[in-house]
Amino acid sequence: MLVDKGACGTSGATASANTGVWLVPPDAESRTRAIDARHAQSGGLARKELMANVLETTLQQLSRLAEWGFPFPTDDSGLQYRANLRGADYMAFMRAQLRRAKVTILDHSPAQELLLDDGAVVGVRGYRLQQESAYSVHASAVVLASGGVAFLSKTLGCDVNTGDGLLMAVEAGAELSGMEFSAQYGICPAYSSVTKGLPYFWATFTDEAGRVLEGEPNRMLLVARALQDGPVYAVLDKANPEVQRWLRDGQPNCFLPHDRLGVDPFSQRFPVTLRCEGTVRGTGGIRLTHDDGRTRVPGLYAAGDAASREGLTGAASGGGAPNAAWAISSGSWAGHAAALFARAQPQRNDDRALRGAGVVGLSPSGETGRVSARDLIEIARAEVLPLHKNLFRTRERLTASLVQLDSAWRAASAHLHATGRARVRAREATALLATARFAYRSALARDESRGLHRRLDRPELDPQSTHHYATSGLEEVQVRPYHYTSQGASP
Amino acid sequence: MIELLSEARCTGCNLCVRACPTNVFEAREGDIPVIARADDCQTCFMCELYCPADALYVSPFAERHVEADEQALTKNETLGTYARNMGWKGAKPHGADKDPTFRFRALQRGE
Repeated sequence: MLVDKGACGTSGATASANTGVWLVPPDAESRTRAIDARHAQSGGLARKELMANVLETTLQQLSRLAEWGFPFPTDDSGLQYRANLRGADYMAFMRAQLRRAKVTILDHSPAQELLLDDGAVVGVRGYRLQQESAYSVHASAVVLASGGVAFLSKTLGCDVNTGDGLLMAVEAGAELSGMEFSAQYGICPAYSSVTKGLPYFWATFTDEAGRVLEGEPNRMLLVARALQDGPVYAVLDKANPEVQRWLRDGQPNCFLPHDRLGVDPFSQRFPVTLRCEGTVRGTGGIRLTHDDGRTRVPGLYAAGDAASREGLTGAASGGGAPNAAWAISSGSWAGHAAALFARAQPQRNDDRALRGAGVVGLSPSGETGRVSARDLIEIARAEVLPLHKNLFRTRERLTASLVQLDSAWRAASAHLHATGRARVRAREATALLATARFAYRSALARDESRGLHRRLDRPELDPQSTHHYATSGLEEVQVRPYHYTSQGASP
Repeated sequence: MIELLSEARCTGCNLCVRACPTNVFEAREGDIPVIARADDCQTCFMCELYCPADALYVSPFAERHVEADEQALTKNETLGTYARNMGWKGAKPHGADKDPTFRFRALQRGE
């Protein structure tokens, strides 16, 4: 059974993207070179053993995709090129495979809380938006593949990614990890939603006066710094006619905004902005205790953007290609491990006393109705989206943001309540506040700059800080440093 | 944001109701669907791909409503451009095998 908050096949970051996949030939030399290069960008937090496993599983799974008949393009040597997936086609194809495997799919059916029995996850409760009815699913194991959190920034395809899975996991007793690595932003035409970065490889960026912006190889930072002083513009003037054609043919949705406004982006400059991509392109998520997708809660597994990718990308974003490889490999591992776990569980009666793990947004401790989900969402967004609070962090600003977020959390805890469709929004507000608090508490704990986590007041990397930060707890958020230790069980 | 569901073009297949990730459309008994929750639109353009009648138009403005002029959109052949540019036919995936994106993945390496 698959329950999807949106629609399986169109929902989430990948469907509207066109993503590379981290795919490296199986010979030892190529693999070692690729792993070393990525590891060097990880701030020392990635693990080469996991990286090698991701590469191997991704290669195998893409071969399966080819066997099933996915129409990969053919390169000039006559071989299929499998290191790139056009999102809309890929996700539609995967939906068809699920149907073929006779998986029941519930679309527009957001999960709202996990069900617990004696400390183990035994199912999920949610709401069917189009039927306007509650549902519950009893299952011997649950895999959260609910994506990351992009804080309703309007980054392409990610409004469904409100961190619901992260909230549900913590409510059930799991930990998150690496939530400080959540400050990733995508460049986007200022008015639009299309945060696809590829075309900007051929861009020249200018300020209001037309001065060319230079001196920063990281385009996100180049644009972010200039946006602090005023509008920023881009023109894709470095693309020759051949590249222009490939861009248009390969990335049609990049050009919808320009075409529909009558702008030629290759010769006319257009205003750009940055939209927060949170942990979707950042790194933090549910902490896996084993590489097979297990969390510390029996019966609960996580995969893809919902799970922390620190073992693969460390403190870095990774970008689309490693993230797609992570989704493919962690998904197949978690599915396999969850199936084995479920098979080993004794048959249970359905009349057992199940407990819903969710509290805030569902069962207020005080008088209901004094707060609105919309207002709470805006409070979370106001603390997490602005560049000067999240991308360029300081202890002072993080602390000030946490005062606002904690206060909003207490208000939600006491008063937030809704029924039916409105309850979905209430749980989104809860998830956004919770994940913002996890991100900023971790960001305070990591008293240095490393990878995606940039502290203006601690601009240097501290060579001692090679540990991770795990976060848990909701009323009081706890942060603890830990070192990854292998607990056996490779996938 | 979604700005147009053309009553003249819509065949009432309700594929948009099924495909929209944020549940913007609502099916109606014996009638064509309506845009019921435009403010929930995330401007992902997926509905345009899944409309076999080219009846939908998503404006590029993600955060404000800009009314669409159906006549103008029809005249300049904007309706259905996303699906056509992708190579999709009749709301079904086509054209991934013609995707030239692999040609510049090599250029991106090391980024």
